[in-house]
Amino acid sequence: MTASRTISVSINGEVLTGDAAPRMLLADFLRDVLGKTGTHVGCEHGVCGACTIIVDGVAARSCLMFAVQAEGADIKTVEGLADGDDLHPLQKLFSEHRALQCGYCTPGMLMTAIDLVESNSSLTTEDIKVGMSAALCRCTGYEGIIKAVTAYAEQVHGKPVRQESDNG
Amino acid sequence: MADTMPSYIGRSVVRREDNRLLKGAGTFVGDMKLDGMLHVAIVRSQLAHARINAIDLDAARGVDGVALALAGADLKDVLPPISGMQVTAPKTWRDGMDPRIEIPDQTLVPHDKLRYVGEPYALVVASDRYIAEDAAELIEGDFETLPPVANAEAAVNADALVHDHLPGNIAATLHAKKGDGETALETAPRRLKRRYFHHRYAAMPMECRGVVAEYDSRTDSITVWSSTQVVHWVRREVANALDMPEERVRVVAPDVGGGFGGKGHVYPEDILVAYLAKRLGRPVKWLEDRHEHLLNAAHSRDNLFDIEVGFDDDGKISVVKNYFLVDSGAYSPVGAAIAGNSIAHFMGPYDIPHYESDCKVMMTNRTPNAPYRGAGRPEVAFAMERSIDLIANELELDPAEVRFRNMIQPEQMPYAVGLPYRDGVMIEYDSGDYPEALRKALDGVGGLDAFRKRQKKALAEGRYLGLGLGCYVEGTGIGPFEGATVKIDSSGKVMVATGACPQGQGHETAFAQVAADIWGVDIDDVVVTLADTSHVTMGYGTIASRSAVTASGAIQESSDKVKEKVFAIAANVLEASESDLELRDGSVGVKGVPEMSMTLKEVARAALPGWIHQRPEGIEAGLEGTAYYEPPTVTWAYAANAAIVEIDTQTGVVKIENYVEVHDAGTLINPAIADGQVKGGLVQGIGGGLFEELSYDEHGQLMTGSFMDYLLPTASDVPPINVIHSETPSPRNSFGFKGLGEGGAIAPPVVIANAVCDALKPFGAELNSTPVRAEDILNILDAGAAAAE
Ligand code: FES
Ligand code: FES
Repeated sequence: MTASRTISVSINGEVLTGDAAPRMLLADFLRDVLGKTGTHVGCEHGVCGACTIIVDGVAARSCLMFAVQAEGADIKTVEGLADGDDLHPLQKLFSEHRALQCGYCTPGMLMTAIDLVESNSSLTTEDIKVGMSAALCRCTGYEGIIKAVTAYAEQVHGKPVRQESDNG
Repeated sequence: MADTMPSYIGRSVVRREDNRLLKGAGTFVGDMKLDGMLHVAIVRSQLAHARINAIDLDAARGVDGVALALAGADLKDVLPPISGMQVTAPKTWRDGMDPRIEIPDQTLVPHDKLRYVGEPYALVVASDRYIAEDAAELIEGDFETLPPVANAEAAVNADALVHDHLPGNIAATLHAKKGDGETALETAPRRLKRRYFHHRYAAMPMECRGVVAEYDSRTDSITVWSSTQVVHWVRREVANALDMPEERVRVVAPDVGGGFGGKGHVYPEDILVAYLAKRLGRPVKWLEDRHEHLLNAAHSRDNLFDIEVGFDDDGKISVVKNYFLVDSGAYSPVGAAIAGNSIAHFMGPYDIPHYESDCKVMMTNRTPNAPYRGAGRPEVAFAMERSIDLIANELELDPAEVRFRNMIQPEQMPYAVGLPYRDGVMIEYDSGDYPEALRKALDGVGGLDAFRKRQKKALAEGRYLGLGLGCYVEGTGIGPFEGATVKIDSSGKVMVATGACPQGQGHETAFAQVAADIWGVDIDDVVVTLADTSHVTMGYGTIASRSAVTASGAIQESSDKVKEKVFAIAANVLEASESDLELRDGSVGVKGVPEMSMTLKEVARAALPGWIHQRPEGIEAGLEGTAYYEPPTVTWAYAANAAIVEIDTQTGVVKIENYVEVHDAGTLINPAIADGQVKGGLVQGIGGGLFEELSYDEHGQLMTGSFMDYLLPTASDVPPINVIHSETPSPRNSFGFKGLGEGGAIAPPVVIANAVCDALKPFGAELNSTPVRAEDILNILDAGAAAAE
């Protein structure tokens, strides 16, 4: 087996270093080496979105990246959202709109939603549904998630999200 | 209930679970890391049915970092199998069902033969998971392929036997009878005979299963953290397998990422990981990956029904004959419980005088079948509710009308069904208004007449709209019991522990609401501990829509014991009569005399053992009580569903325009949580009705072994859903609660099938099996087009 390399990444603004073999998944590196277990894995084949994080400003599936690919990257994970006891606005909206039950999908949902909302200033309801389809939730049936993300988009962009199509 | 009015039950209190989960600060089994922890990889069968000649572990053992490699032969005389009867049945049920049950025990790691793709036959323990998997790949097996028993129907006449001691591959037969079905069928003016198939799909929680165990040699005890719904069952089986006192086995379910029944029984890995930790003297972790989960975590449904219904020209049903096969796969971890549910729930909300049911639980070379949200009810709701639509078609009546004509009327409540429930008690629906629920559901989709007009108009424009209905009743809050311990210590906090094991249901919040009302305290003064065997001596767990009813009952009964002491001690200290005392705002005080009171904290101190206690004579020290609530029988939740669909004739895709469920689970503890439970269930039902499918080829190979093939519903698949909650209190417990965890998942498959058939009525289409695939619809449309030419 190829020898481990030392990998350095910035996680939520803090530079962390750990060893990873070339084949180690980024998700495993975050969770097992750096102890950032807030990022979850639900499939390890790129479908469920539970492992979604933000790498250099873009949402990425940490189960589809190797740790070595993240060398020097600027990574945001769920652990970086709240400011101490003060929840991030999207986290508050998730609780308010009952967007979580078991909470297993939640970190991936939050990171997916942040990327979706912050990189699109004119989202429609349909865009939100399609965008959030990048992550699976087995508990909630999505209604609360869509409501929370819609409310967040309205907060961030200061205008109502347009209803689109007949059943919006 | 406290003397003060309830103030938390019925309120959508924000969940106390949310904060940690939103921050990524929850602890799931996969998040656990213990010093010196080793990791397990399990080698699983790629053959459906095969004799094991030899397993070669040498190469795996030679890999650097491997601590242990084992095959079934190494464990054969070490670990006993898991009993085939994880769930027992009372004698009164047996008497009523005339069952023959020979559910096979499940060997943890077989040494002689493999019975399904995914069954474990060897394992490797190594310093990390990557190494464990490398070594696992080096394990070679010499197998002799046996002919697979591919499905339940084939199993009946197959030469091959899944278990040599079960001739005909029959693991259980059940019979039930009400009235005289034979004669009723002979005399019925009309008869309908159909075959229905409800396909195989599964719970599919987002967190796969996982187990961590740590052995402590000083106390000869073991702690097991498992992603399970039943910690006390796991404790029982681990203690039994390792021959340890239950007191020395602690089982904890930390945060659990969904369960829905799929984690509702003991699996071989629960025991294996505990064994390995003890044997190696180091913590051991096993995490299931998604492919393993699809292959090896229990599947569900997969029932084949042959139904005959007798009815008259008005559509009034006089008799149902329900013969069905359950494809239980290679084992049946909860015995005949699903089949028992199916038999008991068939007639649903309808008043049917004669019923006969005969069921065979079949062993096949498929993954074991165990309860999943609904557990035998979606299957029979499909058969019953499709039959009603077909009767309506034959008589040219509206399906809604046929339902109204057959429904049990509110004045018939309580309604005796004439069959025993799984708890051995004769079924009596306790409360509710079934026709009213259906009326509300129809109103919810805009009214029946309005829809029929719209449908006609749309048809004239070449658009196919359909209305689907589906009604069901659900026995909830089943026994045998749940345990709870309630304590008040010198901090004055009310501490509640129960055997309930939540997987996302918000139990920490809901039971805090219940306890706060029982004690008349602020909810922040209630501490709730769940899913930890060290806090409750005996418990049962969270399956079968039972915890709201059973854990609340146990919290109430244990609180009652503690309250007796609280009142006796307060009466002593306040020099008042017990009958003049009441609970108010965290205190006990004399009614009408606000200044005469003491806080629960003060009562707890007065209750301490020792020289300065203030207990009256005969009152034992400490404010602590344990009770095991044994419900008299189940409570009956019910629902009516209505959905409007439109068929895309180009693609065959079913678009659900609007879905309404009117659901009644009695008094709701936390309406927002309840709403989330029902909606989450509905979306699972929609997934099962349209997309999700565990399909096998003729060799017994699973064709849908990843999320590329097993399609879960996503945010954009979900239609607008409206859940209307009725709250008819159950008379069977003082809170009026009924259970609601499963209900949502029951109706959607048949509602969708009925709606599609309604939409495609011009084609004379019948869809009598699930899922409703786009290609089935295109076939109907093509056949119709061909016929028209
Ligand atoms: S774990 Fe990465 S997408 Fe599922
Ligand atoms: S909250 Fe459980 S999977 Fe989304």
